[in-house]
Amino acid sequence: MYDFFFVLIPRYFPFLLQGALVTVELSVLSMAFGLVLGLAVALGRLSGRRWLEWPLAAYVEIWRDVPLIVQLLVIYFTLPSIGILLPAFWAGVLGLSLNLAAYLSEVFRAAILSIDSGQRAAGLSIGMSRPMIYGRIVLPQALRIAVPTIGGYFIALLKDSSLVSFISVNELLRNGTIVISNTFRSMEVYMMVAIIYFAMSFVASLLVHRIEQWLTPRYLRKKRPSDRALAPQPAVMP
Amino acid sequence: MNDTLTSAAHPHEAGRAAPLLEVRGLHKSFGPLHVLKGVDLVVRPGEVSFLIGPSGGGKSTLIRCVNFLETPSAGEITFDGRSLCREEGNIFHIAPERTLRAARSEMPMVFQHFNLFSHRTVLENVIEGPVMVKRQRRDEAIAIAEKLLAEVGLADKHDRYPDELSGGQKQRVAIARALAMQPKLILFDEPTSALDPELVSGILDTIRGLAERGMTLIVVSHEMGFARRLADQVHFISGGTIVESGPPERIFDAPDNPRLASFIRSILH
Repeated sequence: MYDFFFVLIPRYFPFLLQGALVTVELSVLSMAFGLVLGLAVALGRLSGRRWLEWPLAAYVEIWRDVPLIVQLLVIYFTLPSIGILLPAFWAGVLGLSLNLAAYLSEVFRAAILSIDSGQRAAGLSIGMSRPMIYGRIVLPQALRIAVPTIGGYFIALLKDSSLVSFISVNELLRNGTIVISNTFRSMEVYMMVAIIYFAMSFVASLLVHRIEQWLTPRYLRKKRPSDRALAPQPAVMP
Repeated sequence: MNDTLTSAAHPHEAGRAAPLLEVRGLHKSFGPLHVLKGVDLVVRPGEVSFLIGPSGGGKSTLIRCVNFLETPSAGEITFDGRSLCREEGNIFHIAPERTLRAARSEMPMVFQHFNLFSHRTVLENVIEGPVMVKRQRRDEAIAIAEKLLAEVGLADKHDRYPDELSGGQKQRVAIARALAMQPKLILFDEPTSALDPELVSGILDTIRGLAERGMTLIVVSHEMGFARRLADQVHFISGGTIVESGPPERIFDAPDNPRLASFIRSILH
């Protein structure tokens, strides 16, 4: 125990945190690219252009049906053979983004389709253009619906990014493995790794909740069940 | 705008003015379903036209084709001197999207289910069109919107969201949103059908106010008493065609078409 707190932690914790920083960078970048690409794919599939529909549907299907680790390995080992040399980190970002975008495009598509067609009709009826209707009426409402799900994917991504340790990106899990190969203290090191993952995910989920509340208009905020629980309860008559 | 008001000040002279809206031989099919089968309709400035008839007869489809919420399949629509669609030889031409948008902004629609932008406050709903489509300055648009909201009796609801309003209040916001476009024509698609009975008369009063101020209106409605009092022209639509048109007295009191007669009887009993 003494050894764990006064030798192992001071010596290796900073190294693990360096890995955690890479994990955060990987996740944030992949999320950003995944959001943009996912939204583009969703809009493409909803545009009603048939020549766009089937390649995009095929992309979503293929990327959802192959394990992420296999996708990462294929990208990492295929790109050099066609002359594209990406550092492992960026190969990881590419793999995670493409995978995430496939899932997010379905989240966006469902959220957009859930917006009542009357909203579009109302926009058209006052002369708004279609891009304007999307930008100002449909997407703001759809985004609000999608945020909790997107947040869930982000938290999943923080953890799934550990798979890029397989393509030699020095993120949290791989740094942990490196520490173990030097110290042979698997249990303690994996425990530290687990605690760091938990801390990051927990902060991320608080953040998601904040964003969700911030995007919720006033009238819906009042109705949130968590708020109702905090409100003074009416006295129950005996 | 001034033209509309002057001609409307003399409703009985309206019949002589050039048509604001002219529909000729309009067809609309949804796949195999042939909904409109050659509709002719003329609306002059300042005129209040009611479209009545049985459900599924094509009333709503007709006004949704007029502003191109639905794209017609064939026929001609001319609005305020601009052709929105026409036929030349066997080719059906549709005006470019820009022309359609411009026309829509001058003939906004009030919907059965209100269709207020639910993520926007009452005031934001009303200024959206003026600011984004008409490129009005925001402060000007707000000043006009406040006046319009006061006129429809919602001066104290600016910052509310649609979900916080009653059906009648929502519909009055929708009317204010239409008026903010300074329209030449307002389309009403069953504006009171989704309202609780006690809220209907408030909306009807608001619509009557518009008619009295000379606004050109096309109203799809099942409120026959209201149609009879307010309409300049009543068009009976059934089976995808206008079966009979005329002033309300003739349509309601002396219907000579048997289908119209049986419809009127079924409504009155």
